[in-house]
Amino acid sequence: MTEMPAPIGVVVNGRPTSLPAGTTVATLVDGLHRSPGGIAVAIGGEVVPRSAWAGWSLDDGDRIELLGAVQGG
Amino acid sequence: MTETDRRSPTLPAPGPSADADADPLRIADGVFQTRLLLGTGGLPSLTVLDEAVVASGAEIATVAMRRIDPTARGSVLDVLRHRGVRVLPNTAGCQTAREAVLTARLAREALGTAWVKLEVVGDDRTLLPDPVELLASAEQLVADGFVVLPYTSDDPVLARRLEQAGCAAVMPLGAPIGSGLGIRNPHNIALIVEGVRVPVILDAGIGTASDAARAMELGCDAVLVASAITRAAHPAWMALALAEAVRGGRLARRAGRIPRRFHARASTAGEGLAELDPA
Repeated sequence: MTEMPAPIGVVVNGRPTSLPAGTTVATLVDGLHRSPGGIAVAIGGEVVPRSAWAGWSLDDGDRIELLGAVQGG
Repeated sequence: MTETDRRSPTLPAPGPSADADADPLRIADGVFQTRLLLGTGGLPSLTVLDEAVVASGAEIATVAMRRIDPTARGSVLDVLRHRGVRVLPNTAGCQTAREAVLTARLAREALGTAWVKLEVVGDDRTLLPDPVELLASAEQLVADGFVVLPYTSDDPVLARRLEQAGCAAVMPLGAPIGSGLGIRNPHNIALIVEGVRVPVILDAGIGTASDAARAMELGCDAVLVASAITRAAHPAWMALALAEAVRGGRLARRAGRIPRRFHARASTAGEGLAELDPA
Protein backbone atom coordinates (compact mmCIF):
# COMPACT_ATOMS: atom_id res chain seq x y z
CA MET A 1 0.00 0.00 0.00
CA THR A 2 1.44 3.33 -1.08
CA GLU A 3 1.00 6.53 0.83
CA MET A 4 -0.52 9.50 -0.97
CA PRO A 5 2.25 12.10 -1.27
CA ALA A 6 1.53 15.37 0.50
CA PRO A 7 0.30 18.15 -1.80
CA ILE A 8 2.65 20.98 -2.64
CA GLY A 9 2.03 24.67 -2.14
CA VAL A 10 2.81 26.93 -5.07
CA VAL A 11 1.89 30.46 -6.18
CA VAL A 12 0.28 30.71 -9.63
CA ASN A 13 -0.05 34.23 -11.02
CA GLY A 14 0.13 35.62 -7.52
CA ARG A 15 -2.48 33.23 -6.02
CA PRO A 16 -1.39 30.60 -3.45
CA THR A 17 -2.51 27.20 -4.75
CA SER A 18 -2.29 23.62 -3.54
CA LEU A 19 -1.45 20.98 -6.16
CA PRO A 20 -0.82 17.22 -6.10
CA ALA A 21 2.85 16.37 -5.82
CA GLY A 22 4.30 15.56 -9.22
CA THR A 23 2.12 18.07 -11.10
CA THR A 24 3.94 19.14 -14.25
CA VAL A 25 3.92 22.49 -16.01
CA ALA A 26 2.06 20.82 -18.88
CA THR A 27 -0.72 19.71 -16.51
CA LEU A 28 -0.98 23.22 -15.09
CA VAL A 29 -1.27 24.73 -18.57
CA ASP A 30 -3.86 22.10 -19.59
CA GLY A 31 -5.94 23.27 -16.63
CA LEU A 32 -6.38 26.66 -18.28
CA HIS A 33 -8.47 25.00 -21.01
CA ARG A 34 -6.93 27.25 -23.64
CA SER A 35 -4.85 26.63 -26.69
CA PRO A 36 -1.26 26.36 -25.38
CA GLY A 37 -0.10 28.51 -28.29
CA GLY A 38 0.19 32.05 -27.00
CA ILE A 39 1.11 30.99 -23.45
CA ALA A 40 4.49 31.38 -21.78
CA VAL A 41 5.59 30.08 -18.40
CA ALA A 42 8.15 31.46 -15.97
CA ILE A 43 9.12 29.87 -12.67
CA GLY A 44 11.19 31.79 -10.19
CA GLY A 45 12.03 34.43 -12.77
CA GLU A 46 13.25 32.01 -15.45
CA VAL A 47 11.55 30.96 -18.69
CA VAL A 48 10.37 27.35 -18.86
CA PRO A 49 10.60 26.46 -22.56
CA ARG A 50 7.54 24.84 -24.08
CA SER A 51 9.61 21.74 -24.92
CA ALA A 52 10.30 21.22 -21.20
CA TRP A 53 6.72 21.57 -19.93
CA ALA A 54 5.80 17.86 -19.96
CA GLY A 55 8.86 16.76 -18.03
CA TRP A 56 9.01 19.66 -15.55
CA SER A 57 7.57 18.77 -12.12
CA LEU A 58 6.62 21.66 -9.89
CA ASP A 59 8.30 22.00 -6.50
CA ASP A 60 6.83 23.13 -3.22
CA GLY A 61 7.21 26.90 -2.99
CA ASP A 62 7.48 27.53 -6.76
CA ARG A 63 6.28 30.92 -7.93
CA ILE A 64 4.77 30.38 -11.36
CA GLU A 65 3.76 33.01 -13.89
CA LEU A 66 1.45 32.03 -16.78
CA LEU A 67 1.48 34.81 -19.34
CA GLY A 68 -0.28 35.59 -22.60
CA ALA A 69 -0.65 38.45 -25.04
CA VAL A 70 -3.12 41.23 -24.32
CA GLN A 71 -3.82 44.59 -25.96
CA GLY A 72 -1.00 46.96 -25.23
CA GLY A 73 1.61 49.41 -26.43
CA MET B 1 17.94 72.62 -60.08
CA THR B 2 16.73 72.66 -63.68
CA GLU B 3 13.15 72.14 -64.72
CA THR B 4 14.06 68.71 -66.06
CA ASP B 5 15.50 67.70 -62.69
CA ARG B 6 12.29 68.64 -60.96
CA ARG B 7 10.12 66.27 -62.95
CA SER B 8 9.11 63.42 -60.65
CA PRO B 9 10.76 60.16 -61.78
CA THR B 10 7.56 58.22 -61.17
CA LEU B 11 4.70 60.31 -59.93
CA PRO B 12 2.81 58.39 -57.27
CA ALA B 13 -0.78 57.89 -58.35
CA PRO B 14 -3.50 59.14 -56.04
CA GLY B 15 -5.30 56.67 -53.82
CA PRO B 16 -4.37 54.46 -50.89
CA SER B 17 -1.04 52.66 -51.07
CA ALA B 18 -0.49 53.67 -54.66
CA ASP B 19 3.09 54.66 -53.91
CA ALA B 20 3.80 51.69 -51.71
CA ASP B 21 5.47 49.34 -54.16
CA ALA B 22 8.11 51.90 -54.95
CA ASP B 23 8.69 52.82 -51.33
CA PRO B 24 8.44 49.92 -48.89
CA LEU B 25 9.45 50.12 -45.25
CA ARG B 26 12.23 47.65 -44.42
CA ILE B 27 12.92 46.58 -40.84
CA ALA B 28 15.46 43.76 -40.44
CA ASP B 29 14.24 41.13 -42.94
CA GLY B 30 10.69 42.49 -42.95
CA VAL B 31 9.22 44.45 -45.86
CA PHE B 32 6.07 46.48 -45.27
CA GLN B 33 3.87 48.51 -47.61
CA THR B 34 2.45 50.86 -44.98
CA ARG B 35 4.16 53.09 -42.45
CA LEU B 36 1.65 53.42 -39.64
CA LEU B 37 2.18 50.90 -36.84
CA LEU B 38 -0.68 50.31 -34.43
CA GLY B 39 -0.43 50.08 -30.66
CA THR B 40 -3.44 48.12 -29.48
CA GLY B 41 -3.70 49.24 -25.84
CA GLY B 42 -6.85 50.99 -24.70
CA LEU B 43 -9.50 49.90 -27.17
CA PRO B 44 -12.89 49.12 -25.67
CA SER B 45 -13.49 45.85 -27.52
CA LEU B 46 -12.05 43.43 -30.05
CA THR B 47 -14.65 44.63 -32.55
CA VAL B 48 -13.35 48.19 -32.36
CA LEU B 49 -9.80 46.83 -32.52
CA ASP B 50 -10.65 45.05 -35.74
CA GLU B 51 -12.13 48.24 -37.22
CA ALA B 52 -9.05 50.22 -36.21
CA VAL B 53 -6.69 47.62 -37.66
CA VAL B 54 -8.46 47.70 -41.01
CA ALA B 55 -8.75 51.50 -41.13
CA SER B 56 -5.10 52.02 -40.15
CA GLY B 57 -3.77 49.67 -42.82
CA ALA B 58 -1.19 48.68 -40.22
CA GLU B 59 0.92 45.61 -40.96
CA ILE B 60 2.53 45.64 -37.51
CA ALA B 61 0.70 45.91 -34.19
CA THR B 62 1.99 45.74 -30.64
CA VAL B 63 0.73 43.55 -27.83
CA ALA B 64 1.76 43.30 -24.18
CA MET B 65 2.47 40.24 -22.02
CA ARG B 66 0.31 39.89 -18.92
CA ARG B 67 -0.96 37.18 -16.58
CA ILE B 68 -3.55 35.00 -18.27
CA ASP B 69 -7.12 35.85 -17.33
CA PRO B 70 -9.00 32.53 -17.38
CA THR B 71 -12.31 34.36 -17.84
CA ALA B 72 -11.22 36.35 -20.91
CA ARG B 73 -13.07 35.55 -24.14
CA GLY B 74 -11.42 36.03 -27.52
CA SER B 75 -7.93 37.34 -27.97
CA VAL B 76 -6.13 40.25 -29.52
CA LEU B 77 -4.04 37.63 -31.30
CA ASP B 78 -7.09 36.21 -33.06
CA VAL B 79 -7.92 39.64 -34.49
CA LEU B 80 -4.38 40.46 -35.59
CA ARG B 81 -3.73 37.06 -37.16
CA HIS B 82 -7.06 37.10 -38.94
CA ARG B 83 -6.03 40.40 -40.55
CA GLY B 84 -2.53 39.18 -41.38
CA VAL B 85 -0.87 41.71 -39.08
CA ARG B 86 2.58 40.99 -37.66
CA VAL B 87 2.42 40.76 -33.87
CA LEU B 88 5.07 42.87 -32.14
CA PRO B 89 5.25 42.09 -28.41
CA ASN B 90 6.40 44.88 -26.16
CA THR B 91 7.94 44.94 -22.70
CA ALA B 92 5.57 47.58 -21.34
CA GLY B 93 5.68 47.94 -17.57
CA CYS B 94 9.31 46.86 -17.22
CA GLN B 95 11.63 49.14 -15.26
CA THR B 96 14.83 47.07 -15.24
CA ALA B 97 16.89 45.40 -17.94
CA ARG B 98 16.38 42.06 -16.20
CA GLU B 99 12.57 42.36 -16.30
CA ALA B 100 12.63 43.48 -19.92
CA VAL B 101 14.91 40.67 -21.09
CA LEU B 102 12.79 38.05 -19.29
CA THR B 103 9.57 39.53 -20.73
CA ALA B 104 11.04 39.46 -24.24
CA ARG B 105 12.03 35.81 -23.81
CA LEU B 106 8.55 34.94 -22.54
CA ALA B 107 7.00 36.72 -25.50
CA ARG B 108 9.24 34.75 -27.86
CA GLU B 109 8.09 31.52 -26.21
CA ALA B 110 4.43 32.47 -26.31
CA LEU B 111 4.21 34.09 -29.72
CA GLY B 112 7.01 32.50 -31.71
CA THR B 113 8.56 35.80 -32.74
CA ALA B 114 12.02 37.14 -31.99
CA TRP B 115 10.87 40.70 -32.68
CA VAL B 116 10.39 42.87 -29.61
CA LYS B 117 9.49 46.48 -28.97
CA LEU B 118 11.80 47.11 -26.06
CA GLU B 119 10.39 49.42 -23.40
CA VAL B 120 12.21 50.08 -20.13
CA VAL B 121 10.78 53.08 -18.33
CA GLY B 122 12.24 55.01 -15.43
CA ASP B 123 9.05 55.59 -13.45
CA ASP B 124 5.27 55.32 -13.69
CA ARG B 125 4.63 59.05 -13.66
CA THR B 126 6.52 60.12 -16.79
CA LEU B 127 6.91 56.69 -18.45
CA LEU B 128 10.10 58.11 -19.94
CA PRO B 129 12.73 55.57 -21.03
CA ASP B 130 15.53 54.67 -18.63
CA PRO B 131 18.47 55.01 -21.03
CA VAL B 132 20.92 52.97 -18.94
CA GLU B 133 18.62 49.97 -18.51
CA LEU B 134 17.43 50.33 -22.11
CA LEU B 135 20.89 50.09 -23.64
CA ALA B 136 21.91 47.23 -21.34
CA SER B 137 18.81 45.18 -22.20
CA ALA B 138 19.15 45.98 -25.92
CA GLU B 139 22.69 44.59 -25.92
CA GLN B 140 21.59 41.40 -24.15
CA LEU B 141 18.62 40.82 -26.44
CA VAL B 142 20.62 41.44 -29.63
CA ALA B 143 23.20 38.91 -28.36
CA ASP B 144 20.30 36.50 -27.77
CA GLY B 145 19.15 36.79 -31.40
CA PHE B 146 16.27 39.20 -30.98
CA VAL B 147 15.20 41.83 -33.51
CA VAL B 148 15.12 44.77 -31.12
CA LEU B 149 13.04 47.92 -31.68
CA PRO B 150 13.74 50.14 -28.68
CA TYR B 151 11.40 52.86 -27.42
CA THR B 152 13.90 55.61 -26.67
CA SER B 153 14.24 59.24 -25.65
CA ASP B 154 14.55 61.85 -28.39
CA ASP B 155 18.31 61.78 -27.77
CA PRO B 156 20.40 61.56 -30.95
CA VAL B 157 23.42 60.18 -29.09
CA LEU B 158 21.43 57.42 -27.40
CA ALA B 159 19.79 56.56 -30.71
CA ARG B 160 23.22 56.12 -32.26
CA ARG B 161 24.35 53.95 -29.35
CA LEU B 162 21.27 51.76 -29.77
CA GLU B 163 22.03 51.38 -33.47
CA GLN B 164 25.62 50.45 -32.64
CA ALA B 165 24.28 47.87 -30.17
CA GLY B 166 22.59 46.17 -33.12
CA CYS B 167 19.01 47.37 -32.82
CA ALA B 168 16.94 46.94 -35.99
CA ALA B 169 15.29 50.35 -35.64
CA VAL B 170 15.03 53.17 -33.13
CA MET B 171 11.73 54.47 -31.79
CA PRO B 172 12.18 57.94 -30.34
CA LEU B 173 9.31 59.55 -28.47
CA GLY B 174 7.67 62.73 -29.69
CA ALA B 175 6.29 63.38 -26.20
CA PRO B 176 5.41 61.24 -23.16
CA ILE B 177 3.26 58.15 -23.76
CA GLY B 178 -0.43 58.97 -23.92
CA SER B 179 0.15 62.73 -23.64
CA GLY B 180 -0.95 63.66 -27.16
CA LEU B 181 1.47 66.60 -27.03
CA GLY B 182 2.89 65.96 -30.49
CA ILE B 183 6.59 66.33 -31.24
CA ARG B 184 8.14 68.47 -28.50
CA ASN B 185 11.63 68.57 -29.98
CA PRO B 186 11.46 68.30 -33.75
CA HIS B 187 15.07 69.36 -34.04
CA ASN B 188 16.19 66.29 -32.09
CA ILE B 189 14.02 64.02 -34.20
CA ALA B 190 15.65 65.47 -37.32
CA LEU B 191 19.09 64.90 -35.78
CA ILE B 192 18.20 61.27 -35.04
CA VAL B 193 17.02 60.79 -38.64
CA GLU B 194 20.29 62.25 -39.85
CA GLY B 195 22.40 60.27 -37.40
CA VAL B 196 21.31 56.66 -37.82
CA ARG B 197 20.85 54.33 -40.79
CA VAL B 198 18.29 52.01 -39.24
CA PRO B 199 14.63 52.98 -39.59
CA VAL B 200 13.39 55.73 -37.26
CA ILE B 201 9.87 55.09 -35.98
CA LEU B 202 8.31 58.00 -34.11
CA ASP B 203 6.67 56.48 -31.06
CA ALA B 204 4.56 58.12 -28.39
CA GLY B 205 3.14 61.62 -28.17
CA ILE B 206 1.08 61.69 -31.37
CA GLY B 207 -2.21 63.43 -30.69
CA THR B 208 -3.73 63.87 -34.12
CA ALA B 209 -3.09 63.64 -37.84
CA SER B 210 -0.87 66.72 -38.19
CA ASP B 211 1.58 65.30 -35.62
CA ALA B 212 1.99 62.14 -37.68
CA ALA B 213 2.48 64.13 -40.88
CA ARG B 214 5.10 66.24 -39.13
CA ALA B 215 7.01 63.13 -38.02
CA MET B 216 7.18 61.90 -41.60
CA GLU B 217 8.12 65.35 -42.93
CA LEU B 218 11.00 65.35 -40.45
CA GLY B 219 12.24 62.18 -42.13
CA CYS B 220 10.95 59.45 -39.86
CA ASP B 221 10.42 56.13 -41.65
CA ALA B 222 7.23 55.25 -39.81
CA VAL B 223 4.98 56.24 -36.92
CA LEU B 224 3.60 54.08 -34.13
CA VAL B 225 0.31 55.26 -32.65
CA ALA B 226 -1.71 53.81 -29.81
CA SER B 227 -3.57 56.28 -27.59
CA ALA B 228 -4.35 58.82 -30.33
CA ILE B 229 -6.35 56.08 -32.04
CA THR B 230 -7.54 53.90 -29.20
CA ARG B 231 -8.75 56.79 -27.02
CA ALA B 232 -10.22 58.89 -29.86
CA ALA B 233 -13.97 59.33 -29.85
CA HIS B 234 -14.06 57.34 -33.11
CA PRO B 235 -10.96 55.10 -33.23
CA ALA B 236 -11.40 53.80 -36.78
CA TRP B 237 -11.82 57.32 -38.18
CA MET B 238 -8.69 58.50 -36.41
CA ALA B 239 -6.84 55.41 -37.64
CA LEU B 240 -7.75 56.33 -41.21
CA ALA B 241 -6.85 59.99 -40.64
CA LEU B 242 -3.43 59.02 -39.31
CA ALA B 243 -2.80 56.59 -42.16
CA GLU B 244 -3.53 59.39 -44.65
CA ALA B 245 -1.35 61.81 -42.70
CA VAL B 246 1.57 59.38 -42.62
CA ARG B 247 1.29 58.84 -46.34
CA GLY B 248 1.02 62.57 -47.04
CA GLY B 249 3.95 63.37 -44.80
CA ARG B 250 6.09 60.72 -46.45
CA LEU B 251 5.28 62.04 -49.92
CA ALA B 252 6.02 65.59 -48.80
CA ARG B 253 9.40 64.51 -47.42
CA ARG B 254 10.28 62.79 -50.69
CA ALA B 255 8.98 65.72 -52.72
CA GLY B 256 11.50 68.10 -51.13
CA ARG B 257 9.92 71.05 -49.36
CA ILE B 258 10.87 74.66 -50.05
CA PRO B 259 13.21 76.39 -47.64
CA ARG B 260 11.65 78.70 -45.07
CA ARG B 261 12.12 82.42 -45.88
CA PHE B 262 11.80 85.44 -43.67
CA HIS B 263 10.35 87.64 -46.43
CA ALA B 264 7.94 86.97 -49.21
CA ARG B 265 9.01 85.72 -52.60
CA ALA B 266 6.54 86.21 -55.40
CA SER B 267 5.47 83.12 -57.20
CA THR B 268 4.32 85.20 -60.17
CA ALA B 269 7.03 86.59 -62.44
CA GLY B 270 7.39 90.40 -62.31
CA GLU B 271 8.73 90.59 -65.86
CA GLY B 272 6.22 91.98 -68.32
CA LEU B 273 4.15 93.72 -65.69
CA ALA B 274 2.16 96.54 -67.27
CA GLU B 275 2.60 100.16 -66.15
CA LEU B 276 -1.00 100.98 -65.38
CA ASP B 277 -0.56 103.87 -62.95
CA PRO B 278 2.57 105.82 -64.03
CA ALA B 279 3.75 108.21 -61.31
